[in-house]
Amino acid sequence: MTAKSLFEKVWERHVVVPETADTPAILYIDLHLVHEVTSPQAFDVLRSRGLQLRRLDRTLATMDHSTPTDTAQIFGGMPIRLESAAKQVRQLELNCAEFGVNLLGLRDDRRGIVHIIGPELGATQPGKTIVCGDSHTSTHGAFGALAFGIGTTEVGYVMATQCLLQRKPKTFSVNVTGKLPAGVTAKDLVLAIIGRTGVNGGTGHVIEYRGPAIEALSMDERMTICNMSIEGGARAGMIAPDATTFAYLKGRPYAPSGAAWDAAVADWQGLRSDAGARFDKEVTVDAGTLEPMITYGTNPGMVTTVNGTVPEKPGDEVFAKSLAYMGLNPGERMTDKQVQVVFIGSCTNARLSDLEAAASVFRGRKVAKGVRALVVPGSQQIKREAEKLGLAKIFLDAGAEWRESGCSMCLGMNGDLVDAGQYCVSTSNRNFEGRQGIGARTLLASPASAAAAAVRGRITDPREFLA
Amino acid sequence: MDPITVIRSRTVVMPSTNIDTDQIIPARFLTTTVREGLGVSLFADWRYDKDGKPRPDFVLNQPDAQGCQVLVAGRNIGCGSSREHAPWALLDYGFRAVISTEIADIFRNNSLKNGLLPVVVDEATHAWLLANPGLEVEVDLESSTLRLPDGRSVQFPIDAFARYCLLNGIDELGYLLSQADAIDRYEQARAPR
Repeated sequence: MTAKSLFEKVWERHVVVPETADTPAILYIDLHLVHEVTSPQAFDVLRSRGLQLRRLDRTLATMDHSTPTDTAQIFGGMPIRLESAAKQVRQLELNCAEFGVNLLGLRDDRRGIVHIIGPELGATQPGKTIVCGDSHTSTHGAFGALAFGIGTTEVGYVMATQCLLQRKPKTFSVNVTGKLPAGVTAKDLVLAIIGRTGVNGGTGHVIEYRGPAIEALSMDERMTICNMSIEGGARAGMIAPDATTFAYLKGRPYAPSGAAWDAAVADWQGLRSDAGARFDKEVTVDAGTLEPMITYGTNPGMVTTVNGTVPEKPGDEVFAKSLAYMGLNPGERMTDKQVQVVFIGSCTNARLSDLEAAASVFRGRKVAKGVRALVVPGSQQIKREAEKLGLAKIFLDAGAEWRESGCSMCLGMNGDLVDAGQYCVSTSNRNFEGRQGIGARTLLASPASAAAAAVRGRITDPREFLA
Repeated sequence: MDPITVIRSRTVVMPSTNIDTDQIIPARFLTTTVREGLGVSLFADWRYDKDGKPRPDFVLNQPDAQGCQVLVAGRNIGCGSSREHAPWALLDYGFRAVISTEIADIFRNNSLKNGLLPVVVDEATHAWLLANPGLEVEVDLESSTLRLPDGRSVQFPIDAFARYCLLNGIDELGYLLSQADAIDRYEQARAPR
């Protein structure tokens, strides 16, 4: 029998009609996550063609991108300030009511960022195919699911048929050896990987992250890694499920229980790449040599160590244009840079352990003068847990803002914005021009690094705060 | 969708590498609930100054760019977000084909679904196109060929099924719906969790 990779095993289970030279495979989708931004035009297609959703039981909707994080606009009776956002939220409510879709709406206590609540509710499970009209759907691959982002046309296909037309992608094994040093996080690891493989290194591929340093990660950390697969060009990133995965899922609302749980675990244990499985591409990274990382440019591959300097690339006009946007010069030390905004949140880094990492830096300290620090939990459940554990109080005592869950400042479409020219150390996933607001300068880093920058008012090695 | 056969147009060249979908259509325009009307916001932050006035140095604001339907872009255009608003904006503006050495996966896929042709060419052809902006090229979908004004022809890869659908104006959803029996059988046989 041929040795198979984790991806191949999950792929094969979902082929409804195999691919031929003339036609792509028809791939079955186990879970379709829907949100307000990429669904309205898909519902319109259903309406205009007189179609219904094929499997409401495999569809889960929420709202996160354009929703405000200001409590008054969600629970305080204030209208959503951005009129177009209010309309989009309303449209999702109307569409879900009309078509019978299960919606975790604006005031639902299970609401949150779509890629955070899927796992939190236990809907994300090993071996599933999961899609959403959002590129960070790759997050769910942390559970050994095949999960990838799709456009709105395909959102409509999945609604109507529960299937997609797909060519089988290539495979890319990212082997991470060694052990992450103290104070170096999963975010630093994935930024280092993208720095190595480039923002297009994964194009056409599904990544499998493997090796002892990956096996040692918690589920929160694995989600951070898989989340940023798309920043390396790969639509999906996967990690083989193991005891850590099963322990996370057990008892969650959508997870199987009783005998079904035992059967599921027995099945999931087979979801790992066989010895000798072949990959189209492989790279090995030694976790033991890594340091806290931060981006300096306008794509996530433009990354250096927090203690490093801006690289020099003489004659590269695109590089020079990127540095000009960032207001940085080749050779400049990153730690010399003052920051004006710190954002701790997003589907990359807004889970409870991310907030704990940030709180461990903020505890007993203050946000530096002239810095605005925004802490936005990934879900309402995480918000409640953080409040119960006293984390919210630490943030507020430090002078940070503590918000309702949502995508917030990761992307400028919900009212949480960075002003032109301001530097923002952000735990999100994209440092593209204008991503956080017109002219905003994003520096991607881990929650600990972001908190350290907030306290010092400049880019700072978070290991200075290690207890 | 109308069938596509041949696109004949002068090119607009944007040599930057990694032009992400946040540049093609910034997030603040994503609160729309329709597909139409995004062309005016295409490349908004590169195209307009803070007062909303066109920046004269941006390529789309130059007289030569008017009416061009083919965009030649640097390597890896369309990286980032899965927003289909990116091809919608390009099409609404008037583009019908995008040429590069690499086109990001989700953007390429979204483009095909909307009749915006993603044309991947070799480095040498790309370098020639970058160095010769504004010349008329011909994208022939039937033969999957890009014809340059100097008479050269280069083949470009395109998925056979996507090509068939685009040439014939067939929509893929119709095809998927026609496979309902196979989907029924799959669901009955496997009952995946």
